[in-house]
Amino acid sequence: MATAVTTTDFSKAPINAKLSTEQKLKLLTEMVRIRRFETESLRQYNGGKIGGFLHLYNGQESVAVGCVSLMGDDDHVITAYRDHGHALAVGMTMNECMAELYGKATGCSKGKGGSMHFFAPDKNYWGGHGIVAGQTPLGLGLGYALKYKGLKGAAMCFMGDGAVNQGCFYESLNIASLFEVPVVYIIENNGYSMGTSLARSSAFKSCLAERAEGFGMAWGKCNGTDIYEVRANVQEALARAHIESKPTLLEVSTYRYYGHSVADANHTGGYRQKDEIEFYKQNHDPIQHYKRRLIEEGVLTEEQYEQIDEAAKSEAAAAAQFADESPVAGEETITQDVYFEVDRQTEAGRTGKHFFND
Amino acid sequence: MPLIEYRDALNQAFDEEMTRDENVVLMGEEVAEYNGAYKVTKGLWKKWGSKRVVDTPISEAGFIGMGVGASMLGIRPVMELMFWSFAAVAWDQIINNAAQVRYMSGGLINCPIVIRGPANGGTNVGATHSHNHESFLANIPGLKVVCPATAYDAKGLMKTAIRDNDPVMFMENTLLYGEKWEVPEEEYLIPLGKADIKREGTDITLIAHGRAALTACTAADILAAEHNISAEVIDLRSIRPLDEDAILESVSKTHRAIYIEEAKPFCGVGAQISSMIMEKIFDELDAPVLRITSIDAPAIYSPELEKRQLPRPLDVVEKVLSIC
Ligand SMILES: Cc1ncc(C[n+]2csc(CCOP(=O)(O)OP(=O)(O)O)c2C)c(N)n1
Ligand SMILES: [Mg+2]
Repeated sequence: MATAVTTTDFSKAPINAKLSTEQKLKLLTEMVRIRRFETESLRQYNGGKIGGFLHLYNGQESVAVGCVSLMGDDDHVITAYRDHGHALAVGMTMNECMAELYGKATGCSKGKGGSMHFFAPDKNYWGGHGIVAGQTPLGLGLGYALKYKGLKGAAMCFMGDGAVNQGCFYESLNIASLFEVPVVYIIENNGYSMGTSLARSSAFKSCLAERAEGFGMAWGKCNGTDIYEVRANVQEALARAHIESKPTLLEVSTYRYYGHSVADANHTGGYRQKDEIEFYKQNHDPIQHYKRRLIEEGVLTEEQYEQIDEAAKSEAAAAAQFADESPVAGEETITQDVYFEVDRQTEAGRTGKHFFND
Repeated sequence: MPLIEYRDALNQAFDEEMTRDENVVLMGEEVAEYNGAYKVTKGLWKKWGSKRVVDTPISEAGFIGMGVGASMLGIRPVMELMFWSFAAVAWDQIINNAAQVRYMSGGLINCPIVIRGPANGGTNVGATHSHNHESFLANIPGLKVVCPATAYDAKGLMKTAIRDNDPVMFMENTLLYGEKWEVPEEEYLIPLGKADIKREGTDITLIAHGRAALTACTAADILAAEHNISAEVIDLRSIRPLDEDAILESVSKTHRAIYIEEAKPFCGVGAQISSMIMEKIFDELDAPVLRITSIDAPAIYSPELEKRQLPRPLDVVEKVLSIC
């Protein structure tokens, strides 16, 4: 599953050629922030501060950052449970994200959702979904709503390579193509669904995205090592959605450095070997790749990079402190946020019994 | 008797039944090469190979339906759902196909499948991963529902479930997989529909299933030690078929009953049991039948708050004191 060597220079693609120095540094900074946030959350998880699952995004940063960097006001994002990267990329703060991992009242979902269920509709970010492929019809629905409202926007729906084998995904592809829905499906192909390699989970001709062919849908495949390449490909798909109101299925090759979740102890020496991980870290790391590139372009110095990295590290450490010092919500909040009408105490919410605790 | 983990007791049941019947096949996500997400199937792929222990893609509707279809032709699939919560993806296959095919064919076809996996909250994995489907599924005639609380029960019930000729929904618990109980070395089977009296008592009957049965036992110990109340604990083990006699007999003796479960209250198993007691032995009751469930809301993630959402032994003690 080695990723193809990049041959085209995607810095020349119009969408990248027009980037200002400031914008380039922002792309790098966002990727570094995600990595530092994840590393800090791993540390806190191991220290017993975080419960449940923790699916880390390390290695895949170029995908979320590259895609989100192209969003206009009417573009929306939805993803699966490996959702911290997308959350930070759309502008959620490290504090609210870390506090959510701690299960605190100051978390983005008040401690109710946890790691897999981050949401920020005010930033066009619709989660954070724990059921594999469960978000794929929702992404379709976001696109449908945009078109219905006459907005020139698109829904970017992220998913893993394992998620492509769920039935609801194909139902969504068919409807997307049939109804001409402005949705962009982005498969973050990191080579594994838990401990199962791509070859053991999926039947395909040349790649997963090619499955769109049968639906008469545009598709493409690109390498996630180079954030410029991600941006160039996604930009094309977004334009197709914005201008023609047509869907696209894009596959991005990427790699995750940690286990499926923190509990996945098998991931080195089990279903994959240490040298494979090292190979990707050495040759396909999106942050190192972009850092080198910006230094070559003369936009970045080593010292500046160190500063960016240090700032991200301290931001993440401060977020952990914020989360630690934040209060847990009261017990009475367990039954809040279930029904809109009850929370608002509307006529509907005051009529009939909604909860059966007594 | 050796002390073994709940997960190993299940593992032994699979191994023994695979030895006994060549049509028994284990299937599910990560069950083979990865040894199972919760290591319940550890070592079995190595021992039995890829024909008998099969890794599937993440396609619950597809592979559960495949198991249902294969069972119609005499295979005995034991299908793992990594979490019972994911059964929602395969609902049609379970509810419309597995449960109905015998009836709709006028008894011509049967469906000897076991669908199994953990169904519990309490591990801070949030609302999508913490469902308890037992009352939901027991609501469907044609399905059987089993919820073992101990390693001993898990093994004996699993062996029976695999031999049973109807679809059995077998619900385990991730919080129990690593707990140990005594399990005999010689073969034994536990029939479906037979409750287990986990504590004998005279003052009140605590009825429960799954991990809540252990919560009830702890509560019974506290009641005996601190309140001089003798509580009988009945663990249903199997919800459908249901051991009505065990419940009626016990409540006729103690005259008080509380149902404890980790699922939500609305139309829960406790609601069924409470109504059954009221209909059949109303005159024996000295107090209304009460229920203790999880707090009626989706499973909260927050580790601090989720502890509070599930029934704890002290919640049981408090409820008992309100009617004893
Ligand atoms: C319906 C459903 N089945 C199974 C799972 C358990 N599960 C969670 S993630 C995962 C692997 C998914 O892999 P992939 O889609 O490649 O995403 P990645 O984890 O690599 O980001 C599995 C099996 C689930 N959450 N939902
Ligand atoms: Mg993957």
